[in-house]
Amino acid sequence: MSTSSVSKGCFVFKPSAKKRRKTSDMVDYFSHGCDGGEDSSLRYTLCKKLWDTIKEETESLQDELNRQILEGLLHFIKRCCSGPRHTAGPWEARMRASEIPTAALVLGVNVPDHDMTFQSLCELLQQSVTPHVACLQAKECGALKSLMRKVLERLVGSAAEDEEEGDTHPHPKGAHCTLATLCEWYETKSKKSSTPGKKRSSEEEPARPPIVIIFKDLEAFNPRVLQDFILICSRYVEQLPLILVFGIATSPSTIQQVLPHSVSSLLCIELFQSLSCTQHLSTVMDKLILTHYFPFKPNAKVLQVLVSIFLYHDFSVRNFIKGLKLALLEHYLNQPLSVLCCEKKEEVELNTTQLSHRGLESVRQLASFRRYVEQQQPQEQVALLTSDQHMKETCKKLLKDLYKYHKNYYPVLRCLHALTCSLPRVPLGKQIRELHITCLEGNVWEREEYRSAMQLLRMLAKEELLRQLRGCQDILKLCRSTKMRASLERLQELLDQFERLDEAKPETAANEGMTSPAKSMEKKTDLFQLQKTLLEMKETRRTKKLSGFEILRNEALDFIDALVRSHLVPPETQPLHEVCYYSSSALLRRHLNATPRTSIQTALSSPYHYLQNDALLTEDGGVSNAAPDLCIVHKLHLECGRLINLYDWLEAYATVVSAAEGKDPESEEYGKVDELKHARFIQAVSELQFLGFIKSTKQKTDHVARLTWGGC
Amino acid sequence: MTASLQHPGYDPERLLCVAVKMPCRVSQAGTLLSLMGEPAQYSYPSIFLYGHRSTGKSHVINTLLMDLELPHATVSCVECVSVGLMFERVLLALFGPDTSTLLPRSPSLSDFVRIYRQQAPLSPANQTRYIVIEKAELLRDMDSNLLPVLVRLQELVDDNVTVILLSEIVWDRFRPNTGCFEPLILYFPDYSKGDLQQILSQDIHPSYSPELYSAFINILLGVFYSVCRDLRELRHLAALNFSKFCEPLKEGKVKESDTHKLWRNIEPHLKKAMQTVYLRDVSSVQWEQQLQQTEEKECAALKGLSAHAHVELPYYSKFLLIAAYLASYNPARTDRRFFLKHHGKIKKTNFLKKHEKTSNHLLGPKPFPLDRLLAIFYSVVDSRVAPSASVFSQISSLVTLQLLTQLGHDDQLDAPKYKCAVALDFIRAISRTVNFDIVKYLYDFL
Repeated sequence: MSTSSVSKGCFVFKPSAKKRRKTSDMVDYFSHGCDGGEDSSLRYTLCKKLWDTIKEETESLQDELNRQILEGLLHFIKRCCSGPRHTAGPWEARMRASEIPTAALVLGVNVPDHDMTFQSLCELLQQSVTPHVACLQAKECGALKSLMRKVLERLVGSAAEDEEEGDTHPHPKGAHCTLATLCEWYETKSKKSSTPGKKRSSEEEPARPPIVIIFKDLEAFNPRVLQDFILICSRYVEQLPLILVFGIATSPSTIQQVLPHSVSSLLCIELFQSLSCTQHLSTVMDKLILTHYFPFKPNAKVLQVLVSIFLYHDFSVRNFIKGLKLALLEHYLNQPLSVLCCEKKEEVELNTTQLSHRGLESVRQLASFRRYVEQQQPQEQVALLTSDQHMKETCKKLLKDLYKYHKNYYPVLRCLHALTCSLPRVPLGKQIRELHITCLEGNVWEREEYRSAMQLLRMLAKEELLRQLRGCQDILKLCRSTKMRASLERLQELLDQFERLDEAKPETAANEGMTSPAKSMEKKTDLFQLQKTLLEMKETRRTKKLSGFEILRNEALDFIDALVRSHLVPPETQPLHEVCYYSSSALLRRHLNATPRTSIQTALSSPYHYLQNDALLTEDGGVSNAAPDLCIVHKLHLECGRLINLYDWLEAYATVVSAAEGKDPESEEYGKVDELKHARFIQAVSELQFLGFIKSTKQKTDHVARLTWGGC
Repeated sequence: MTASLQHPGYDPERLLCVAVKMPCRVSQAGTLLSLMGEPAQYSYPSIFLYGHRSTGKSHVINTLLMDLELPHATVSCVECVSVGLMFERVLLALFGPDTSTLLPRSPSLSDFVRIYRQQAPLSPANQTRYIVIEKAELLRDMDSNLLPVLVRLQELVDDNVTVILLSEIVWDRFRPNTGCFEPLILYFPDYSKGDLQQILSQDIHPSYSPELYSAFINILLGVFYSVCRDLRELRHLAALNFSKFCEPLKEGKVKESDTHKLWRNIEPHLKKAMQTVYLRDVSSVQWEQQLQQTEEKECAALKGLSAHAHVELPYYSKFLLIAAYLASYNPARTDRRFFLKHHGKIKKTNFLKKHEKTSNHLLGPKPFPLDRLLAIFYSVVDSRVAPSASVFSQISSLVTLQLLTQLGHDDQLDAPKYKCAVALDFIRAISRTVNFDIVKYLYDFL
């Protein structure tokens, strides 16, 4: 069984009772958690639909990204199973006959993502090359014996399922798991398929399909086991067309670390390198977030959280998408107005018309909407606040505006990125996601980085500037909104002017102003004279007339600047932006980047936080004496030093508990240790030990050692 | 060397055939044959053959047994994960498939002997039976009584059987401390340069003359013999470079007889190949592609597997690795000096105990507990990091990537200990990417 957790610990696997829950329960579950109430099922369907499209999109994207490497690999395997023995010439084939063809697949350290790659590889192989594919994971192959068993199980077992005949091969057991058994099986198998009586549909399939064994995580395999396995394989390589695939997470040189020369000389290794995971993320962001097709948008902080988890912690694109899914779910769950967050315009209109009075009230309460109302004329304000019908019309208009805003935002963002990403020191960030986050955070043109980028752009040489402007032109060509059309035309105009500049006056620009001061310098002059001329030169340079190119360049950049100012305004300024933007980054961080230690600390020091029992409330932040024993014991242990006297601790505990029982402090019973208290104390202490706060020690009798620092 | 194989017990023509198949090993084969005697004669109970890798041990013995059609069983110890498997193989090869099913579930030696004794009279052979055991050095890790029994199996089963052990190490390393029957020992010496030349020249390329190939092998050996005498590796190199050697011939620039020009053409390529000898990083196909690329660019060096040493890691993983490296190579007592703000000055000489004066990098990484790793991590990393679950899971994933190694058993949850398993160059490359000057924090470079 596998878990997605990398850490060690105990995991409970319940037997998967099939169809324990029907899908309708999911809706119930969703609406139960919803605070909106009436339109929860609508929100659920919207959420599900959107997620399905996102999922589809990412899967196709994944396939696209993996295609290159997988195709290379497939080609290699095809060549190996047919190639060296027939086509590449008998001499080469003879020389290599004893080597096992091996593909080293370097996939990068984002281990959670590998599963998907291997799965599609397996499917691809089974479809087009060979039915005999065995995928191995290190943790199921601790010893050679289990490795052998897994290989045979996967190969023979899968084939037995396919056949569905009476005489299927029984699963090989125990001692019979050897490659010799596999050899026999393979012989009978290939004989069977080659007999003319049983015509197989696969004419293109080679007569002897190769056996592909995939080692998913090479690093984690026991080197000894792997070496032995390869040695055994090499003994059978003439009878079995074996091909190995190594999945490598770090670097290919691990092969040399894992395998000594005597073993690696049995392999004929070919290297395949996959796309780096940061590139992978960029493509995913490009398709999912930097587009107006998906109405759901994470805001700057949420995006920051997701990206930083990716960059700082795991490099896993799959986890990134999972985080996005969580955000999506939370948005539809907690934002009542998410009914208006739909993919299609018609849906938006329909849902707006169907908005209830309560829904409209919550729209009126939105901060962005109130800001919008304040900007309107007084009678309009009244109409907005009183007439529901008018309100709905306005909502429709505003939502349409929001849609248009998005449609213009992304092309302009891409243009700005195209212009600035190759500047020296990249003031606005190398990746488009950095620029996007900056733009979401606030007015980008007010930032120092933007100013310096613009300054740098104003110094660009002509070829460079033209190349980048053409890049912008290409980006703008792709979008269809009217405003972008207009900007495209303007850009085209500017580009044409640049080109005309070339033809018009190549000579006039050169000999202007430069000649006279240079001439005067030639004359011999005294120091004062020289200074004077130099000052004059400086003056003339400052007020020098701008050349035609410079004027045009400024014009072009002013145009870009205007574009940025009109379209890259942060979404917070848009009315009704709350409909599309998900903003609770803290919640996301808490869910995705869990801090178990902090949670335990909170639970112990303020039990009210989790138990929500009023009796536990204390005003000064201490622990009330009605708290669970564990909390009291924990609180008391904080007052001790590195070694804790168990008896003192018990006494203190008894006193606190007696106070909780409401005993009279004067009475004899007060603070006395009876059996019950003793037992409760022992249990609490052992729980504390289990949580890792204390441990037993031999330094002093009747003492335990503290494992944490600090205290009250 | 040229002496032909002769034995009264076998057909001379057939012996001639056999001799052709094993160049340069005729004398060893002759000795073996005379040890084995005529087929019907009882042979010596056990023979031990040893010699380096690819000196023809298995080849000679298997060719002899196969071509002279003697009854035999060949097993490799690598394959036999349990002794039962080995017994099964032997019985299968000697007495046919039915016998192996007679073995009980996890057979002991006495089961094997019992069944052997049952079967031997049923299929009486008037020839000596041979059991060949390859990679015999692994026998030492199996049951302690296995090796002593195998060397005198003849007595136990009371049959004309000879056990032949093949190994790369000497018999002295086998002898159990209780002592055992001494097998006859036969050494297979390494091939000389002449032998290698003769053997390699046999892989003649069909479209070229044998002389040309022999000349190529001569050149190849001239370059590589000083660094590599492994037959298999040399054959690999020959296969890699022969097409390059033939290129001018194909283009028609040079005649086959013009060895000097051919030499001038191939020499730089062989020199390049010299850098990657034994590494086996690239397959022949990729090698050829790269050769073409380098011709285009000239300056670009050949890249093998070893060239792709760069590893991309998440930001905090990098710092965890750096912290692990520091914890592994710095004495724990110096942590105060490196990671506390007001540490005061500590002189290296007074401060140290004697054994710490040797460089820690010479001694290798030392184990450290998780607490220390995290303490160093938090003082090294520049921002405030919450002790979240993913920081801990990154430690585990570093372990699975073999960048850290965990000491003790995996199940130990309480205070696990680790070692850093990366080299200085690697960690310097990593720390350069996060602008961390690791040398300043290493005690050895103070």
